[in-house]
Amino acid sequence: MRLQQIQNGALANLPMAASACAYGSVLGVLAAQKDVSWLELLAMNVSVFAGSAQFVMVDMWGPHLPVLEMVFAVMVINLRYLLIGASLNPVFQGASLPQKSMIMHLVADENWAVTMAAHRRCTATIWFLLGGGLCLFCVWSFGTLFGHRLGTLVRNPEAWALDFAFTAVFTALAVSLWRGKTDLLPWTGVALLAIMAETLLPGKWYIVIGGVGGALLPLLQKEQPHDISG
Amino acid sequence: MTSPDNSLAVFLAIAGAALVTYAFRFGGLLLSERLPSTGSVKDFMEALPGTILVALVAPGIVAAGFWGCAAALATALLAWRTRNIFVAMLSGMLIVAGARYLGF
Repeated sequence: MRLQQIQNGALANLPMAASACAYGSVLGVLAAQKDVSWLELLAMNVSVFAGSAQFVMVDMWGPHLPVLEMVFAVMVINLRYLLIGASLNPVFQGASLPQKSMIMHLVADENWAVTMAAHRRCTATIWFLLGGGLCLFCVWSFGTLFGHRLGTLVRNPEAWALDFAFTAVFTALAVSLWRGKTDLLPWTGVALLAIMAETLLPGKWYIVIGGVGGALLPLLQKEQPHDISG
Repeated sequence: MTSPDNSLAVFLAIAGAALVTYAFRFGGLLLSERLPSTGSVKDFMEALPGTILVALVAPGIVAAGFWGCAAALATALLAWRTRNIFVAMLSGMLIVAGARYLGF
């Protein structure tokens, strides 16, 4: 039963995995250019396991690592995991603390989004989530190390639009999370907020600002009629 | 070759990043158990998955220019019509790669 769900989760994440492999290889190429060793890259894959954060870390890599700035940058990018973790609450109903503590480490944007979509169809379990995480971990590690070792083969990843793989796959995923007309206002709001925040603020604040701001929009709209009664 | 001094920095950077990330992942789940699961909080949490994804991609789409926007639109339409995320993603990448190849 568990194994079956783990397998289902892994299979449901295969399209995500293909995309993760594509932009993982881009990260690998960048890492090799920045003199990040494959062992250091693997250590990041195992312990951090967060694509966009790893991109920023590799980007800031150099002979003298700005440790504090790096950790702070990762903090800003990954702040969304606080919300991602919170949104998984219904999936983890009845799970034990050790299960929660272990499975949460393998939660990435990809398997989280696939699991939330499955949750809408009432087919999500923690094992489904874990299966996706394991699948992504393998493919992500393969992609990054492949890019790192054979970076010279993909001299120009932009020509193949490998840098667009992330954007494309999450655009497709967003469609599966569309709930209908109620989402029109928040989603338009998010897009505008995120684009504005990205141009005005340094780093990756736009993810959290856009995500939170957009999710708050329908509440503001709803609360207006209650003002009189309150 | 990394100097011993720098390998300590590498260790601290990776360990720090890992700790922060795990604290958010696990902490978010633990905190959610203390949140009320009704009313506005529930509405907010239910809207989040979609809004986070849109926030993740919107600036990237705009940054990829006109053809990035066209590719994203095609990706979204295909994902909607075919329910096949892989095909949708590949089409988006093909449009961007094609536009770049032709020098648009």
